Amino acid sequence: MNSEVFAPWDDPQAKPLIQFQNVTKRFGAFTAIDNLSLDIYEREFFALLGPSGCGKTTMMRMLAGFETPTEGHILLGGQDIDPIPPNKRAVNMMFQSYALFPHLSIWDNIAFGLRRDNMPKRDLEERVEEMLRLTRLEQFARRKPHQISGGQRQRVALARSLAKAPKLLLLDEPLGALDKKLRQDTQFELMDIQEKTGTTFVIVTHDQEEAMTVASRVAVMDQGKLMQVATPDRIYETPNSVYVADFIGDVNIIEGRATAQGDESYQIDWAEGQPPLTASSATALSNGQRCHLAIRPEKVAISAERPADAINAIQGKVHDIAYLGNLSTYHVELPNGTIIKAQTANTRRISRRSFTWEDPVWLSWTATAAVLLEN
Amino acid sequence: MSRLSWFNTVSLTLGFAFLYIPMIILIIFSFNESKLVTVWAGFSTKWYGELMQNEAFLDAAWVTLRVAVFSSTLATILGTAAAYVLVRGGRFFGRTLFSGMIYAPLVMPEVITGLSLLLLFIGIGLDRGILTIVLAHTTFSMCFVSVVVSSRLVTFDRSLEEAALDLGCSPAQAFRLVTLPIIAPAVISGWLLAFTLSLDDLVIASFTSGPSATTLPIKIFSAVRLGVSPEINALSTLMIAVVTVGVIVASLVTKRAMVRQKQDEQAAAQVE
Repeated sequence: MNSEVFAPWDDPQAKPLIQFQNVTKRFGAFTAIDNLSLDIYEREFFALLGPSGCGKTTMMRMLAGFETPTEGHILLGGQDIDPIPPNKRAVNMMFQSYALFPHLSIWDNIAFGLRRDNMPKRDLEERVEEMLRLTRLEQFARRKPHQISGGQRQRVALARSLAKAPKLLLLDEPLGALDKKLRQDTQFELMDIQEKTGTTFVIVTHDQEEAMTVASRVAVMDQGKLMQVATPDRIYETPNSVYVADFIGDVNIIEGRATAQGDESYQIDWAEGQPPLTASSATALSNGQRCHLAIRPEKVAISAERPADAINAIQGKVHDIAYLGNLSTYHVELPNGTIIKAQTANTRRISRRSFTWEDPVWLSWTATAAVLLEN
Repeated sequence: MSRLSWFNTVSLTLGFAFLYIPMIILIIFSFNESKLVTVWAGFSTKWYGELMQNEAFLDAAWVTLRVAVFSSTLATILGTAAAYVLVRGGRFFGRTLFSGMIYAPLVMPEVITGLSLLLLFIGIGLDRGILTIVLAHTTFSMCFVSVVVSSRLVTFDRSLEEAALDLGCSPAQAFRLVTLPIIAPAVISGWLLAFTLSLDDLVIASFTSGPSATTLPIKIFSAVRLGVSPEINALSTLMIAVVTVGVIVASLVTKRAMVRQKQDEQAAAQVE
């Protein structure tokens, strides 16, 4: 691996910027965050990903200072920030609703935080102009927030929260209100600005594609717990649970019983009268243990004939075809009724496709294509 | 504009007639030449001139104006504070009781409010005068202000205040720099409401006023008992004018803010 790759989480010497130490947050009888520990490093673009109600927004509000942990501590740069009120923290937040002040112009919105610090007039003007340039808003400086478009408002909110050069910027579903095309452009813009300013970003989102695009690391959350914290590729390629595999992207889950075959290789019996499947796994499983085999649709090959050298091959018939233009997803029904999705790139014209609805086909994948999961 | 149907025209006319004929008669007769209120003897503004010579009426008017300004200002401050606590304070101990009690004076008969205030002022030995009327008017009009302001605060986006805190404001600064400017139209219309309520209150003022200070409604009421004079008509016409202007200004303030926002939103939609 290249030594210049940004991965402070693999470096035991690196000091985290933010540390959650056994943090629990309860609202009455409801536990929003359940004994959670997490380190986030400087210059990271960290994504908190999960369904609504999983506690990701509570995590962010605790970092901003709008909520305090019921138990445990949050450290910022080694300092316990629990007793520090939001207006005294070197943390700024970009709100989901943008929360732009409607009675102030774009210029005054961006200058708002700087004015609270009694910044000298010259420096303040320079800083605001710099922020306007960074977010390409120069010509809108004198307008009021309701006189500009949604995408521009989003950039004003970003400029305002970045103006004070916080150690940590929190982004609460920052792109939720934008349409898809604008959202994709803005994602790259966000990454670009994060790189330029060198600020640590923590983003909350329920959109897995967004998290995968922008983040250096992703934390998948469920019911106040961290399910997995890893880089986007590891989250996708080696999920540690069925929950994570299912939450990120599309996946086929085959349930079965494992039998060790020596050296991290396992046989999985998954259906009566079907040959066992072979998969490798780094985690040890006992013989006869119930397990789940997770395979991404794009790692399943589909063919009319049985591939000669395939380790895993199952026959089925095409139940449905989802045509997406560049890709097609085949829903193949196995003899026991299970539906397996296989995705292929449409490199040939659709008229030259070799199989269609109700055709018998073979599905195959390698021993390392699938991930073997205990739960 | 669509033409009104026969039925609508009649009901509209009846409704307006019912509401405004008494007032129109009063206004017309305030310009009557004759001393007799019910006999028309030609147009004249002499009663207005005579009114301006009447020291007692002018004194009462001056008292009324001062009472209205002070009490509505005080009521606006207290009412806004109460509304803010009720909407923003979360579930503090006694919130339900407090929110129920703040609206109680709205439905309480004025006679009871006036009487209880009178007993209080006697009890603490406060001489009845301008101060007691101001306090009494503040008491009942702050509830109206609180209702107007809290209905605005309910729709106020909380994250605006959080953003202000996040950008370095203390809670007091956040209120002054962000919340107050945004809810200002509601606060202003609350003030105008309190002002007009104080201006035309008779019942509570009659309990809490003393010989040293009499408000205009009390003066009119006691003058009428000695017989209606055209002078009273002129005075009432002026009061109607003041209240009408107040109401129109209050509605214009809210309407203009709404219209401007709508125009701006349309302009913004065209940008997108």
